[in-house]
Amino acid sequence: MKLRANLVIGGSLFALAILVGLLAPWLAHTDPVMDANLMNAEEPPSWTWWFGTDAQGRDIYSRVLYGARVSLTVGIVSQLINSVIGVALGLSAGYFGGWWDDVVNALTNLMLAIPSLIFALAIMAVLGPGLTSLLIALGLTNWSFTCRLARASALSLRSQGYVQAATVLGYGDARIMITQLLPNMLGPIVVIGTLGMGSAVLSEAALSFLGLGVRPPFPSWGSMLSEAREQITTAPWLSIFPGLAIFLTVLGLNLLGDGLRDILDPQSRSRRT
Amino acid sequence: MTGSPLLEVEDLRIDLDDGSRRVAAAEGVSFRIDRGETFGLVGESGCGKSITALALIGLLRPPLSIGGGVIRFEGQEIQHLSAAGQRQLRGNRIAMIFQEPMTALNPVSPVGRQIAEMFVLHKGKSWREANQLAVEALASVRVPAPERRVKDYPHQLSGGMRQRVMIAIALACGPDLLIADEPTTALDVTVQAEIIELMRNLCAERGTAILMISHDLGLVANVCRRVAVMYAGRIVEERGSADIFRAPSHPYTQGLVDSLPRLGSRAAHGRSRLKEIAGVVPAITRFPDGCRFNPRCAQATDICRTTAPPMEELEAGGFVRCHHHA
Ligand SMILES: Nc1ncnc2c1ncn2[C@@H]1O[C@H](COP(=O)(O)OP(=O)(O)OP(=O)(O)O)[C@@H](O)[C@H]1O
Ligand code: SF4
Ligand SMILES: [Mg+2]
Repeated sequence: MKLRANLVIGGSLFALAILVGLLAPWLAHTDPVMDANLMNAEEPPSWTWWFGTDAQGRDIYSRVLYGARVSLTVGIVSQLINSVIGVALGLSAGYFGGWWDDVVNALTNLMLAIPSLIFALAIMAVLGPGLTSLLIALGLTNWSFTCRLARASALSLRSQGYVQAATVLGYGDARIMITQLLPNMLGPIVVIGTLGMGSAVLSEAALSFLGLGVRPPFPSWGSMLSEAREQITTAPWLSIFPGLAIFLTVLGLNLLGDGLRDILDPQSRSRRT
Repeated sequence: MTGSPLLEVEDLRIDLDDGSRRVAAAEGVSFRIDRGETFGLVGESGCGKSITALALIGLLRPPLSIGGGVIRFEGQEIQHLSAAGQRQLRGNRIAMIFQEPMTALNPVSPVGRQIAEMFVLHKGKSWREANQLAVEALASVRVPAPERRVKDYPHQLSGGMRQRVMIAIALACGPDLLIADEPTTALDVTVQAEIIELMRNLCAERGTAILMISHDLGLVANVCRRVAVMYAGRIVEERGSADIFRAPSHPYTQGLVDSLPRLGSRAAHGRSRLKEIAGVVPAITRFPDGCRFNPRCAQATDICRTTAPPMEELEAGGFVRCHHHA
C-alpha cells in the first residue's frame, strides 16, 4: 500500500484539532475566561506562558485550546447540515427530474448568486449573535455545491444498469435513492463536505471577527483575532496563535479531503485487500 | 387459479412517441406461458423483444407506452394494478436478468447484501435472517465458498460469477416467472453453457417458468419448449422448439434456421459462410406496408405488399403469420 501523505498529514492535523478541543480542560494551564490577571498582561511567549498572554493577562495557549471547541463544532455541525440539505435536494432532483428539479435548480442558482458569507451575515443579523445562530446561518447557506454534485451524480447514475435492475427487482424510489444512488456518489460528497468544513471554520472566524459569533469572553479563534487586531504590532502573538490554529485546521481538512477521495473509490479499496 | 395460464399477452401494442407522432414499435403481440413452462422469444436486434419484456413488468417509460391489448399475470391485468401493486410483482413474482452482468450489480455494495436486500424488501425478513438466506442463495447457484463470497464486491468476481449472483438475486424470492433477456451474450461460450444449464435446472427444480429472450434461435430452442419468432414488432411464428427446426413455416424463420451452424457441418467449423437473410430489418418509422418482411422475402407476391397477413393456426400445432406459409 502506497503511503498517502495527504491523508496522513491532513488526518493527523484534523485529529489533533479534535483532540485539543476534547481534552482542553486537561491540557489547558488556566481557565480561559476566569483567570485574568492584570499582573501578567501582554506577556510575550515564554516557558511560563507558551503562547503569551493578552491585555487582561489571560493565557493565550489555554484560550486557543478552548477556541478549538467552537471552531470545530461550527465547522462540523454546520457542514453536516449543509451536506444533508444538499444531498436530499440534489439527489431527489436528479432522480425525479420534472418540476421538482426545476424548483431545486432555481433555489441552487439563487444560493450561488448570493455569496454565502453575505447570506449568513443576513441570517445572523436576524437571529443575533451566538453559537446556535452560527450553526443555523452557516448550515443553511453553503449547500449549493453539494446539491449540484448530488444532482449531477444522480442524473448520470440513474441510467446505470444496476439502478434499472433495482427497478426491475421491485425497489421503490426511496430504496433506490438510498441503496443504489447515495453510496455511489458518497465519495465526492464526503470530499466536498471535508473541504466545506474547512471553509465553515473560516466563516466562523470571519463572523466572530465581525463580532457576530460566540460572545466574548468565551474564546473562539475568530473572536480572539478580532480582539487582537489593535495590538497586532505591539503583541503579535495574540493574532499569530489563533491564526495558526485556523490555518492548520483548514489545511488539514483540505489535505484530508484530497486523501479521502482516493480511498473512497471502490476500485482502489479492493486493490488494497 | 388453476386452468388459467401464468402469463397471457393478448394483442399487445407498444407505442413509440417521437414527439410529433406515434408509431407502433410492436403490435399484435400475443402469447401465453403456463406455470413452469419455458418459452422463447427470438428475433434480430431491434425487433422489439426487450420492450415487450419491459411491458410485461410495467416498466415501459416515455417515449414508449402500452398502446393497447391486455397483459394478464395469473388472470390479473397488470396495467390496472397500482404502482405499488406492480412493484410487489417485480422481483418477487416476476424476476428478470439482463445481458450485462458487469453493470447490473451495484459496484459499492457487497454481493451478499444485494441478495439479502431481496428478502428484506419482498419477504419482510430481518437483515440477520436475510444475510443467512443470501449465503444459501449463493450456494444454490454453485458459487464456491459462499459464506466468504457474500462479502465480495462485484468487481472482485468474474463475469460468469456475477451472472450467477444475478441469478441468485432474481430467484431469491422464488418467482413464478423469470425473464432472461439475452442472459449470456456478454459471456464467453463455455461460461454461457454453464449459466444456461444452471438457470434451466434451478427453474425446473422450483417450477419457475422462463421467458428467454435472445437473437440466437439455436440457444433458445435448446432451452425452451416453445418458441415465438419476432420480426419488426410482430410475432411471425410460434411453434414447438422441435417443430421449428424440422419444418419452419414462415420464410423468415426458414432463413433463421438455414443460417444456424449445424453440428458437424463445415459451417460449424467456420470454413464456409453461413447462409444469411439478405437485407436489413426496417426502422420502426419505415415499416413497409403489408407483410413487414416482404422486401426481404423471396416468396413475396402482390398481396404481401398491400395486406398484412393474419395469424393463422397450423394443423400441426402452432401459429404463423404469412400469406404463403409452408
Ligand atoms: N427508450 C427508447 N426510446 C426510443 N426508442 C426505443 C427505446 N427503447 C427501444 N426503442 C426502439 O424500439 C425498438 C425495439 O427495441 P428493443 O430494445 O425491444 O429491441 P430488441 O429486440 O430487444 O433488440 P436487441 O436484440 O438489440 O436487444 C428498437 O427499434 C428501438 O430502437
Ligand atoms: S406474407 Fe409474403 S412477404 Fe410476408 S413472409 Fe409470407 S410470403 Fe413473405
Ligand atoms: Mg434487447
